[in-house]
Amino acid sequence: MAISNSDVMLAGLTREQLLGLHATMLLIRRFEEKAGEEYTLGKIGGFLHLYVGQEAVATGAITPLRPDDYVISSYREHGHAIVKGADPNAVMAELFGRATGVSKGKGGSMHIFDDKHHFHGGYAIVGAQMPIACGYGLAQRFAGQGNITMTFFGDGAVDEGAFHEAMNLAELWSLPVVFICENNLYSMGNALAKAWSVSSLEPRAAAYGMAYERVDGMDVLAVRETAQRAIDRARRESKPTLIEAMTYRFRGHSMADPAAYRPKDEVERWRSTRDPIMLFEQQLRDLGIDQATLSAADDRATQAAEAAAAFADNSPFPDLSALTEDVMIDPTGAIAWRRPRK
Amino acid sequence: MRTITYREALREAMREEMLRDERVIVIGEDIDGYGGTYAVTKGLAEEFGRERVRDTPLAEEVIVGTAVGAAMAGMRPVAELMTMNFALLASDQIVNTAAKVRYMFGGQTHVPLVIRMPAGGGAQRGAQHSQTLESWFAHVPGLKVVMPATPYDAKGMLKAAIRDADPVLLIEHELLYGIKGEVPDEGVEYTVPLDRGEIKREGRDVSLITFSRGVHLSLQAAEELAKEGIEAEVVDMRSIRPVDLDLALDSVKKTNRAVVVEEGWKYFGTGQGFAALIYEYGFDDLDAPIGHVTGVDVPAPYAKNLEKAAFPVRNDIIDAVKRIVPQRAVR
Repeated sequence: MAISNSDVMLAGLTREQLLGLHATMLLIRRFEEKAGEEYTLGKIGGFLHLYVGQEAVATGAITPLRPDDYVISSYREHGHAIVKGADPNAVMAELFGRATGVSKGKGGSMHIFDDKHHFHGGYAIVGAQMPIACGYGLAQRFAGQGNITMTFFGDGAVDEGAFHEAMNLAELWSLPVVFICENNLYSMGNALAKAWSVSSLEPRAAAYGMAYERVDGMDVLAVRETAQRAIDRARRESKPTLIEAMTYRFRGHSMADPAAYRPKDEVERWRSTRDPIMLFEQQLRDLGIDQATLSAADDRATQAAEAAAAFADNSPFPDLSALTEDVMIDPTGAIAWRRPRK
Repeated sequence: MRTITYREALREAMREEMLRDERVIVIGEDIDGYGGTYAVTKGLAEEFGRERVRDTPLAEEVIVGTAVGAAMAGMRPVAELMTMNFALLASDQIVNTAAKVRYMFGGQTHVPLVIRMPAGGGAQRGAQHSQTLESWFAHVPGLKVVMPATPYDAKGMLKAAIRDADPVLLIEHELLYGIKGEVPDEGVEYTVPLDRGEIKREGRDVSLITFSRGVHLSLQAAEELAKEGIEAEVVDMRSIRPVDLDLALDSVKKTNRAVVVEEGWKYFGTGQGFAALIYEYGFDDLDAPIGHVTGVDVPAPYAKNLEKAAFPVRNDIIDAVKRIVPQRAVR
């Protein structure tokens, strides 16, 4: 769609596009808060890793992608899935372990997957998604359709061998993969300074000759512009990029974590001065967008989160027959041994 | 039929499948310039180009992880691991990714992947290069694990594995690459199913339940036993997971006695798994406890004499058979 210059308000985006980013961040925020509530009510089991505070990264990085680009993420992936197009109802139903969940209730919070929207997985072994993303990139080189792969991981994952093996291979083989590290300063409870021998990912990218950009992960427009450059590099030159998005999670590592390892004033400072939604709303107000518009968007996000929870709660559990389904394509090969035929 | 080596049979399988399906690619360490550590991939890069036949860095996790991802994204990758001992470096991608994604993502994806690797000892390669660890992987739902013993089976099973829609570990044996056997001419189409074993020698007195190099040892033992009037049936299980249990049970129903023969360690090993299933489903057919010939329960030693003592030989099988086949059964 052609955009006339007069429509552009900020960073090359129209009012509608800017409000779209705002609505997306709010949807993730309210969705995650609702999920947290439902977890405490016992509706959601297992592990639940919330994305609250990091919304600008997924929103800024994924919105410039094409529908046929792939996104592959970690276990803190509800936000990425929703931005890529997954239905919040189906994501919430997955958290509830219901048959209507995106992964039919068999994955849970950490294993969201939506083939239709090319959101290809939440992976819960730290760092393991990066070699997998290389494989997608390799397949895309062969297919030559110009689509690319974007993969998200945390600052803990870059200490895994998988990160280094994947970085080397992606650069060596010129794979169209955008690597995005969401550096929220803590790998679970371990502060960055206790885990990294260096203070940024720049030297690690340099070690593999990979393009590197650091960006304020609380600034959705900055993330978007940075991601766009990396996406262009992947699409046009089939070259990978490592982006380090500086961010902060406002909640614990998971719902089981009160985050006692972080000073209270540190958390409070980030929440009160660096909240990505708050910062973006200030930018929008500076452009003359009124508070009523922003508040209405928040109401819609809250309603969507409520609706998702209601949808999930009213959905059936998987049929017991699902227990042994989808182990493999070959239903007989999936069973190690069959009872004797006689 | 012509006679070719196990190594050539594997190479032909890859070549034919690469000709048949352009989605088939081969990746691994030293498969191009070096021709493959055991020369299995020799000539493939020249014929199919270095886009489809790719040398990788020495990085097993990313080799397998990339192959898994490429498979999920529509390719048909064959990943070669230099030895099964190095599969441990890739075991996260094998066990946590390849075996799990279809199930945990609700059937929305699948992994048409083959991982080839040699296992086994007996060539003085020492403790870290002589292991047979198929039971570690055969334990895991979501994987297929096969171990062909002959050139015919190696070619037919590799072709079937490449066409299979699910992840297959094809485990070769370092000492089998040079053996020869009858294989149909190149281009004559055949595959060997991934869930069926085969009787490699018929017999009425005892079933030798085995796979991989154990098949050859068992055939040698059976020859010797025949001279003493004991007819051993050699049951090549071939598919470790899923297992062809009916084949083993039918054989035991006939012979009423079984010896499980394998090169790996006994405890929690493949043979113990086979024996447990035979006890569970074929108990009434057994006239004696199941014998078990395995590697000695130690890391593989280097010294020639020690290594020879560490792995099963023909006579170990003969002794095990004689322990459970009473004289009266010898006709």
